[in-house]
Amino acid sequence: MRYAMAVDTKKCVGCSDCVVACQTENHVPIGYCRDWVVEVTDGTYPQLEIELRSERCNHCNNSPCVRCCPTGASHYSEGGIVLVTPNECIGCGACIASCPYDARYPHPDGYVDKCTFCIHRIKKGLKPACVAVCPTRCMYFGDLDDPKSEVSEVLKRRKHKTLIPEAGTSPQLYFLI
Amino acid sequence: MTSRRDFIKIAGVSLGGMTAGGKAAYQAMANTLEKNSLDPTLLNRTPTYCEVCFWKCAGWVYKKPDGDIWKITGNPDDYNCNGRFCPRGTGGVGMYYDEDRLQTPLIREGKRGSQYYRKATWDEALDKVAEGMKKIAQEHGPECVALFNHGSGGTYFGHLMKAFGSPNIAAPSYAQCRGPREVAFLATFGEGVESPERTDIRDTRCLVLIGSHLGENMHNGQVQEMSDAIDKGATIITVDPRFSTAAGKSKFWLPIKPATDLALLLSWIHVIINEGWYDKDYVDKNTFGFDLLREHVQNMTPEWAYGITTIAPHIIRETAREMANASPAVIIHPGRHVTWYGDDSQRLRAVAILNAILGSWGRRGGYYNPDTLKLPEYPHPPFPTPQRTWREAFPGKYPLAGLALASGLCDATIPALTRNCSIKGWIVDGTNLIETLPNQKNTIEAIQNLDLLVVVDTMPMEITGWADVILPECTYLERYDTVRTGPHRQPQLALRMPAVAPRYDTKPASWMAKELAKRLGLEAYFAWESIEELIDWQLKQVGSSLAEMQRIGVKTFPRKYDDLYFNPAESYEFNTSTGKIELYSNEFANAGFDPIPNYTPHEEPPPGFYRLNYGRGPAHTFSRTSNNPNLTDIMDENVLWINPKVAQEWGIKPGQEIWLKNQDGVVSQFPIKARVTERIRWDSVYMVHGFGHDDKRLTRCYGKGASDTRMITKVHIDPVMGGTGMRGNFVTFLFEPETMEAKS
Repeated sequence: MRYAMAVDTKKCVGCSDCVVACQTENHVPIGYCRDWVVEVTDGTYPQLEIELRSERCNHCNNSPCVRCCPTGASHYSEGGIVLVTPNECIGCGACIASCPYDARYPHPDGYVDKCTFCIHRIKKGLKPACVAVCPTRCMYFGDLDDPKSEVSEVLKRRKHKTLIPEAGTSPQLYFLI
Repeated sequence: MTSRRDFIKIAGVSLGGMTAGGKAAYQAMANTLEKNSLDPTLLNRTPTYCEVCFWKCAGWVYKKPDGDIWKITGNPDDYNCNGRFCPRGTGGVGMYYDEDRLQTPLIREGKRGSQYYRKATWDEALDKVAEGMKKIAQEHGPECVALFNHGSGGTYFGHLMKAFGSPNIAAPSYAQCRGPREVAFLATFGEGVESPERTDIRDTRCLVLIGSHLGENMHNGQVQEMSDAIDKGATIITVDPRFSTAAGKSKFWLPIKPATDLALLLSWIHVIINEGWYDKDYVDKNTFGFDLLREHVQNMTPEWAYGITTIAPHIIRETAREMANASPAVIIHPGRHVTWYGDDSQRLRAVAILNAILGSWGRRGGYYNPDTLKLPEYPHPPFPTPQRTWREAFPGKYPLAGLALASGLCDATIPALTRNCSIKGWIVDGTNLIETLPNQKNTIEAIQNLDLLVVVDTMPMEITGWADVILPECTYLERYDTVRTGPHRQPQLALRMPAVAPRYDTKPASWMAKELAKRLGLEAYFAWESIEELIDWQLKQVGSSLAEMQRIGVKTFPRKYDDLYFNPAESYEFNTSTGKIELYSNEFANAGFDPIPNYTPHEEPPPGFYRLNYGRGPAHTFSRTSNNPNLTDIMDENVLWINPKVAQEWGIKPGQEIWLKNQDGVVSQFPIKARVTERIRWDSVYMVHGFGHDDKRLTRCYGKGASDTRMITKVHIDPVMGGTGMRGNFVTFLFEPETMEAKS
């Protein structure tokens, strides 16, 4: 099993609903976030292009954050989801420094926090909160090992990319372009 | 205990009983109410519909183990949201948790605007309001009390006003927002666009957005359907001087010179008629005045429009072709906030005409025919007939206004010789008029002429600082409200019930209105004991009940007729003077306006000034959300979009704080940060509306960004219906705050 997410940049309107939904679902304190929206504008008026992306932890196959964690708090869970066990985390911040995507933040309670792909929801057969809330339905989530999953289907059909592939982390957050 | 089966039987009886007088049947139901209504504290989720904006998406409120609110998610059965809330709806929890909320009734001690208040009991506050209303009614007539409202509370205060004898009930959503569109579509098709809009975006093949920034305005269902349309490969054409998010999704972006949209629309009509691309059968069968229209637009060529709009003729032709190819599954979107330049009804008439000749009205992928289930009103005595109508607030003006004008009532508060009486009392519910009505100086002058200003709100918005009595409302998460009945493809009802008990000493508007009614001797108009009883009674008239709605949140009903789209085999009569779709409007002609729209040039910015455009950010609704802790976390201030060329000329760096000064010398109260971006034309600047709050009680948003409303001092009023055109204001930049000039 290999969980992955695809975000359709052609449909995302950058509304940040994914951010608000994640914050409320996961009790992320105000002022912090596990996901965020990036806007990239190219060109000069009036020849313009814009790409909107909802970004979060890439749940890499080869995660520097897991490798560098001195206590083993950062670990791979089922389906390759990268998680942090709060009570094993000493808050040293090595993982924060190692992440090419800047996907982690120091939680005010003293541990490092990040996107979990809403594993508590997946276990109940629900989709991650960001995917479930998105008004444009621009996010697809599922198991890449299942060729029939939503995410496998859309990646077969559509041109896509990952961010900073040259970091060699094998990211599992895909962007449809 | 009443079983579900018995309970349905009772509901059936009541429906029959209604026609025969209904009182006895109702009494029987009232007795079963207690059993049928569920205790909210025992439910793990409670239904609501959102009050953060007017889209009113239905959802579920979930609670934490400690019983406080955890999250709100969309109800999958609801057509407005399809189970997905927008960021504002998701962040609606912040409205409840905001510690800056109004917490207790307040009564002014001292002059208006001085903000000395004392805490009061509800009895004291309501007595004072009732006393003030009675005094105005005795001295000037009940019509001299006006209600301004936005949101659900308006239902109850509106009912109270009607019982009191005042027709002066206005929502800024008409004259400051969508009024021109409703007037134009009524004149053309005999029906308005309504809310949620009847646009069939889901199945469209071509969506044309004119200044309408779907995606930045999170009109939830529409944004969802736009996304569906993108998935299905629909063409999107966006006309906007700004490269909006929607423009970024478009096959064609027409970076039009601001204020020239009408010329573009007329040239599109020209091309579509002259090339023979219009829907001939539909036009022959359903429209009136086609030949007059054809003649009218003969000189309005793309070449003519090019000189005005800066849009190249071949692009005008190519986009017209795209629309025609998609016809009738094409939507020239009417927009929502359309009070721009003062000829807005005419611009929207051109939009309506273009839709009509492409045959999109009543067609799949164009405009569907919505259906609504109306709930019967709880029995009450007939309302008194007011001595004066709301039209007398502006005698002889704006003949086609279909609803009272908030701006008109505000103006009618300032004594003038042209009127035989001025408005003396305002009840303001859920709308921050200081930031809603253009020309703040005028609004404040009106307020200074009032004998009574009552503000009902959840937050200490600027308008509360001018109130004589402040009535703190509990948020939508803490109250029942009128059942949502808005139009859609199929009629739906949605229930709002409290998820939790009200925080602080706050109350629902329904309770306040009923309490005021008691004090005004109007109890008979509020004959229900509790709002639960009222809602249950209403629901039972249509075969549902409060208990059922508490379980399901949203209920869908069948359409009355199978007429979502027109049947080509049938003939239709439209609610216009000719019974046809009026390309040539007799209504406009009779009222002395152009029966077919004409382009008139608008004022342009003087040298060194830029047209001030404003819009919405996806995380905020007007100024209502600007202090919401969850939503300020996403966006806590507005920024000024400036083209890099302009920024270079002025030496403005990205992120630099600048002050704005408009054509009348009014200076922004706070600085605004520059967003230097290619996404805006060089002749205009842009900011998100709703920021620059100057009330210190709003601790998170005080002094953050600038208020566009403050800069809108010149208002271009639409002579057709009184809409307040707000996009004819120009600003320049200051690097230091200037002392306020006399004019401001």
